[in-house]
Amino acid sequence: MSDTLKVTIDGQSIQVPMGTSILEAARMIGGKLVPPAMCYYKPLKGSGGKCRTCLVAVTQGSEKDPRPMPKLVPSCSTSVMDGMVVESAISERVTEARQSVTEFLLINHPLDCPVCDQAGECKLQDLSFEHGKSFTNYKEERRDNEPDDLGDKIKLNVNRCILCYRCVYAAEQLCGTRDHGVLYRGDHAEISTMIEKSLDSDFIGNVIDVCPVGALTDKTFRFRSRIWFTEQWNAHRSCDKCCGKVVLHKIDGQIARVSARKNEWDEVEEWICDTCRFDKKENEDWTIESKRVPKSKSVQTLNKYSDNSQSVYVKVEGLGSERPKELE
Amino acid sequence: MEKIKVNSSPPFSFNEENLLEAKRILAMYPEDRSKSALLRLLHIAQKQNNGFCSVGVMDYIADFLKIKPIEVYEVATFYTMYHLKPLGKHVFEFCQTATCATVGVEKIIDYTCNKLGIGIGETTHDGLFSIKTVECLGACGYAPMMQLGEDYVEHLTESKIDELIQNLRNQENG
Amino acid sequence: MARKLLLKNDHIAGINTLDVYQQHQGYEALKKALTMKSEDIVSEVQKSGLRGRGGAGFPTGMKWSFIAKPEGVPRYLVCNADESEPGTFKDRYLMEYHPHILIEGMIISCFALGANTGYIFIRGEYMFVLRKLEIALEEARKAGLLGKNILGSGFDCDIFVSPGAGAYICGEETALLEALEGKRGNPRMKPPFPAVKGLYQCPTVVNNVETLAAVVPILEMGGEEYAKIGIGKSTGTKLMSASGNINKPGVYEVEMGLTMQEFIYSDEYLGGIKNGKQLKACIPGGSSMPILPAYLVTKTINHEDRLLTYESINDGGFASGSMLGSGGFMIFDEDQCIVRNTWNLSRFYHHESCGQCSPCREGTGWLEKILYRIENGQAQMDDIDTLFKVQKGIDGNTICPLGEAAAWPVAAALRHFRDEFVWHVENPDLAQKQNYGLAKYAEMRPKPEPQPTN
Ligand SMILES: Cc1cc2nc3c(=O)[nH]c(=O)nc-3n(C[C@H](O)[C@H](O)[C@H](O)COP(=O)(O)O)c2cc1C
Ligand code: SF4
Ligand code: SF4
Ligand code: FES
Ligand code: FES
Repeated sequence: MSDTLKVTIDGQSIQVPMGTSILEAARMIGGKLVPPAMCYYKPLKGSGGKCRTCLVAVTQGSEKDPRPMPKLVPSCSTSVMDGMVVESAISERVTEARQSVTEFLLINHPLDCPVCDQAGECKLQDLSFEHGKSFTNYKEERRDNEPDDLGDKIKLNVNRCILCYRCVYAAEQLCGTRDHGVLYRGDHAEISTMIEKSLDSDFIGNVIDVCPVGALTDKTFRFRSRIWFTEQWNAHRSCDKCCGKVVLHKIDGQIARVSARKNEWDEVEEWICDTCRFDKKENEDWTIESKRVPKSKSVQTLNKYSDNSQSVYVKVEGLGSERPKELE
Repeated sequence: MEKIKVNSSPPFSFNEENLLEAKRILAMYPEDRSKSALLRLLHIAQKQNNGFCSVGVMDYIADFLKIKPIEVYEVATFYTMYHLKPLGKHVFEFCQTATCATVGVEKIIDYTCNKLGIGIGETTHDGLFSIKTVECLGACGYAPMMQLGEDYVEHLTESKIDELIQNLRNQENG
Repeated sequence: MARKLLLKNDHIAGINTLDVYQQHQGYEALKKALTMKSEDIVSEVQKSGLRGRGGAGFPTGMKWSFIAKPEGVPRYLVCNADESEPGTFKDRYLMEYHPHILIEGMIISCFALGANTGYIFIRGEYMFVLRKLEIALEEARKAGLLGKNILGSGFDCDIFVSPGAGAYICGEETALLEALEGKRGNPRMKPPFPAVKGLYQCPTVVNNVETLAAVVPILEMGGEEYAKIGIGKSTGTKLMSASGNINKPGVYEVEMGLTMQEFIYSDEYLGGIKNGKQLKACIPGGSSMPILPAYLVTKTINHEDRLLTYESINDGGFASGSMLGSGGFMIFDEDQCIVRNTWNLSRFYHHESCGQCSPCREGTGWLEKILYRIENGQAQMDDIDTLFKVQKGIDGNTICPLGEAAAWPVAAALRHFRDEFVWHVENPDLAQKQNYGLAKYAEMRPKPEPQPTN
């Protein structure tokens, strides 16, 4: 037996180490065949399996047991077997399922992108742009809860939450303690602290970076503005709590927001502490390294917003909701 | 979600009898797995606290099992038998699912609501009765039915409801 | 009279006590088992052809043979007594009136699996049953049937009862294990299966109450004898819990292979439809299983007798069959509204979704809302197509089978009763006042052309 396993995804083969998930294998190949992932987050142990956007069809289980798997499987949490054959973007069944899942994720979403801080770097926008349909038959009422504060640094808007559980794993794994979680169940399930409480820990700010949507946002974001008007700079400072390597989001040369650096899959490369994130908003706090071109492929980098800020937005609003309402 | 203020809930602790019971229950699970007792302990604590699973109750149990309070909140809000709001002394929990609906539980619920002058999810002014609807209780062959405290009342009819309410009121007065 | 195995002592007063149970050969099977090798017990169960009675019908002996046996790691047996599938109430009957047959079955199973601890996870609403079980367990403990060195065999085993607190999803075996660990009942991703990593990440077998009780007669009579009862791969007896518009609702033990005709209409069993009405539809195996219109209940699509076996009820697949599931047998008469019933069930699944995965969390609510509008005269024709599309979007795309459980009843109702849905949309006012009735749902249809096989 060799140590690496062969897997073929949409006709492209690759050798991967034992224990690699189909999703990770697809990312190694790259391109259109990479399944979208709304809940899986490599740096967070235990994440994945929940959102079902990454479903793929396994048309051959393995060399030894070539039977296909009857159901679509979540690629983020299914391990590759030697000789496995997978269909992702080329499968109609998969495309249909992803469309359904995307629609499910959107039916209770407030579609308030014009007033959402995440717009432009939201994975749900990307998802509906790439895998959604332009209309829905959803006629029922949408969930409508008040936005909420998790202390004075983090804002929570549960209507936008897709219950990926990333922020729960992040708190558990980065902070050592956890004061927020998922309460209630079914479509009433929501992220909350239950009792009035501010989240407090040196690393809790990272929940903002792992949140794929605008459910958790930075309350210290200055000059609230659309993210695509900002310029991004790699910068660092010497910090005794974290690596101190961040991205500065500047507007007119001033720091509006600080975030961690993310790789091309929008996963944080190194966690940053709350001091760096929330309290260091002056240019003299930082040593600038270079101007940053975001690595991930998203509506932000498609340059849709700056030239033609309508196109993506129209796509989403076409889902037939009432007009997005102003928050605050 | 409405947030609960921390200090708004009075503290809670097990009485002597329940403390013994809690220790008996803890002994059922491996020593490092005492969290397993959570569901049962919450039942016991809620009962002692007049059927109300308050924040005080949840925080006490968290402390008792040495787990984080949020772990208890997550569980208490997941399961429907924990009442996060105070209810009446006697809670009529009508099954509204499949067979019970087929054989006419809705009429019985309406009748009871009218008789007590309250709606589903409400409590009478004297704090004696609440009406709730729940899902199939595993008594479909004896439908329509409801749960009252720990007991099941099966083959419900309007006169059975009359009798039951009368008995419970009498109990209260004498 | 048909043969009874689990309920053979049903008429004996006090059979719930250890004394009376032992006077009627109680715990003899355990004594026999303790002299056997554990592999031989597993092989008896394999020979018996026993299939899981909790819903999925997976062969029990095979499930047992999968349990991992790493050195120095405890193994667990967990009894699934969550019983929350609407229409199912057989496990409660067994536990309430025959607690010792379950306990005996569990000790034997623990011995066969090499497990020293068993848990009975019982739904929280059955607290009164839990108390009865604890009394019976205490009796057994005092008599040396549980605890250290059972009956001098050197085998240690104890069994505890652990309650849920109101969540249907905890019947799903991995959600059950989470609940047993004191967590939210969120089903786990599989693999790993419980046989490898179950309770406390240790190898675990989860079996239904009835399955574990059936181990007792299997040991008493031998696997081969047990397999002689029934037809083909449906061996032994099955507890059916019957409810709805029938004369004699209740729990019945039937030999596999009984005809549906006899079960529904004979006086020994359900005694026919109540008030002299006609049968409109039947859900044969608990609410998640596809509903059958009257003409497909006692006969299959090929006009053969439908029998109470896994295979016969499944005859015709989804197109014209259903599944035996948990044995929750629900009968609907001509006055029942299928749309309303489907809405009721969708409301149930919406309420019980754990909310972990998006298709089930969002889809079940969507189904309920559309069905509510159809039932209440606020729907358009395209809503029926949306309904179909939404259930299809859930089916097969979720973490656990609750997604399917929510989708199938809707799919089956649309498959067989579409005209009733259409009638509701077309006649919103009329549908508030009257019922679509029996329509043509009881009329036999011509046999389909035989399909060329291959
Ligand atoms: C949503 C859901 C609910 C279930 N509920 C029950 C239940 O209440 N009782 C039960 O025995 N099995 C239930 N099952 C089946 C169990 O997952 C599991 O298959 C069973 O306990 C295995 O035991 P068996 O092989 O003896 O049938 C349920 C499954 C699902 C998906
Ligand atoms: S708040 Fe964000 S990170 Fe947390 S569960 Fe919701 S979507 Fe995921
Ligand atoms: S299918 Fe439903 S019940 Fe099962 S894990 Fe997903 S959300 Fe939970
Ligand atoms: S990314 Fe795989 S299920 Fe969410
Ligand atoms: S349907 Fe009411 S108890 Fe089962």
